[in-house]
Amino acid sequence: MSAHANLERRRQAIYGWLLLTPALALLSIFAFYPTIATLWTSLFSRGTRRNPVEFVGTGNYADLFADPTFWLVVKNNLLYAGVTIPVSIGIALAMALWANGKIRARSFVRTAYFTPTVLPMIAAANLWLFFYTPGLGVLDQIGSLFGLPSVNWLGQPETALWAIIIVTIWKEAGFFMIFYLAALQTIPEDLKEAADIEGASRWTYTRRIVLPLLMPTTLFIAVNALINSVKLIDHLFILTKGGPSDASKLLLYYIWEMAFAFFDAPQAAAMTILVIAVLAVVAAVKFSYLDKRTHYQ
Amino acid sequence: MKRLSSFLDSFGAILLAIIWIAPLLFAFWAATHSTSDAVNLNLFSPWTLENFRVAWNGAPWLKYFLNTFVLVTIILIGQFFFTTLAGFAFAQLNFRGKEFVFILVLMQLFILPEVLIVENYVMISRLGLFDTILGVGMPYMASAFGIFLMRQAFKGVPIELHEAARIEGCGLLGILWRVYVPLAKPTYLAYALVSVSTHWNNFLWPLIVTNSPDTRPLTVGLSIFGAPENGVDISIISAATMMSIAPLLIGFLLFQRQFVQAFLRAGIK
Repeated sequence: MSAHANLERRRQAIYGWLLLTPALALLSIFAFYPTIATLWTSLFSRGTRRNPVEFVGTGNYADLFADPTFWLVVKNNLLYAGVTIPVSIGIALAMALWANGKIRARSFVRTAYFTPTVLPMIAAANLWLFFYTPGLGVLDQIGSLFGLPSVNWLGQPETALWAIIIVTIWKEAGFFMIFYLAALQTIPEDLKEAADIEGASRWTYTRRIVLPLLMPTTLFIAVNALINSVKLIDHLFILTKGGPSDASKLLLYYIWEMAFAFFDAPQAAAMTILVIAVLAVVAAVKFSYLDKRTHYQ
Repeated sequence: MKRLSSFLDSFGAILLAIIWIAPLLFAFWAATHSTSDAVNLNLFSPWTLENFRVAWNGAPWLKYFLNTFVLVTIILIGQFFFTTLAGFAFAQLNFRGKEFVFILVLMQLFILPEVLIVENYVMISRLGLFDTILGVGMPYMASAFGIFLMRQAFKGVPIELHEAARIEGCGLLGILWRVYVPLAKPTYLAYALVSVSTHWNNFLWPLIVTNSPDTRPLTVGLSIFGAPENGVDISIISAATMMSIAPLLIGFLLFQRQFVQAFLRAGIK
């Protein structure tokens, strides 16, 4: 028996590694190696014609921490995350409760909520450009009906980031809604009936029964929204290019600019490492803490 | 009281729905009217297709459409190949080191390809794939997300079917091809819809890797077309935008249920 079992074990190991090899090779080339290479690059100076590349240790990080633009961008990104995550989750929940309830024109409502999800962010930005353009834009037209002055939403530091935030929320909320919708449909009808018999108001029912049952979904969505707050920057290219005076610049955009507009790869690498560190913490929290209940096996 | 609250629900839901599609409706309005009529929101102004004609002639859209189509196709084929093999290994084979490698793969769920643009660009250039469609697609092919998805799908296949096929004399790859792949069809469909709509819409990485109209996908083409430096007016940008989202949007409206199911299946793993 043991000889046979041994053979079978070895067969499985050989097949296992053979089947994994293609994917692992690609992942190594485009994920593992670049991560290490980024760390490596971040420790060296930027080579110019006069100054060759040399090891500077944490020098690039020190430069970054001394760069006021970097801190502005971090602050922008924190605000971006801090507003888009809770607001899009809140709107998604409202959408799901409505789209799951007995309302008129339900299929129209669902479609309308979900449609922005299938659009490219670049196209979304173009659509919103028509809203924001000063003088011509829809917002200004509506404002002028009420005698409000023209506002350059994208052109002034106070409003530019908010204009970006609104587009992101618009794009995300419908996507998150479908996860809530699916979760809502698993809540048994008897709970609602029991609550009705007990004379609980709709508000109490929602707050005491529905929201706690949706908690795992909320956490799942929150992690996604957090990742998106790093990833979703395409609309910056159309709407503000990070301006005016960096007021709407976000981390990934700054990394792109650093590397492909200023050609400062080491600085970009240092920033990338910091972003990866944050994402790694999110990953660690998710896998060790949040997934205790949701089983992967 | 009850009727009032149900009326308010419908009212709120529909109001939000209208707000939500307003940007799309306005763009459609702008695209089908002359710029001055669009800006003045003159409801009785004549409709026109002129903007579409101007937009269409302003850039090699056909080439962009074709590039995007080729891009999403090769990414999908690559993803099916790599994630099927790896997903099967993780789901049904036992060997030492599997758990460790699986954790490595899961890490990639968080270290997004988007974040590694700088080094991936170096890598793509080194491989001689700069400004090629393959270069745009390659970093996404061994998707950790896809591997995870296929692993879950294959785990759900009853072991009896596996055993039965083996007794019939099927080899391991034969079993994978004849038993597991057909049974995972719904997952493949879901994955395909999510993958196609993701990569149809992807922008940052294609922007970096492409450098000519021959490789540029729609999103990058659209961003260049609409750049303020080009001085294109809002009606024409709207027309170009409507054009480039039309295939996916129509597909979505026709197969809405499948789309939503696909995103759910892919999301809730």
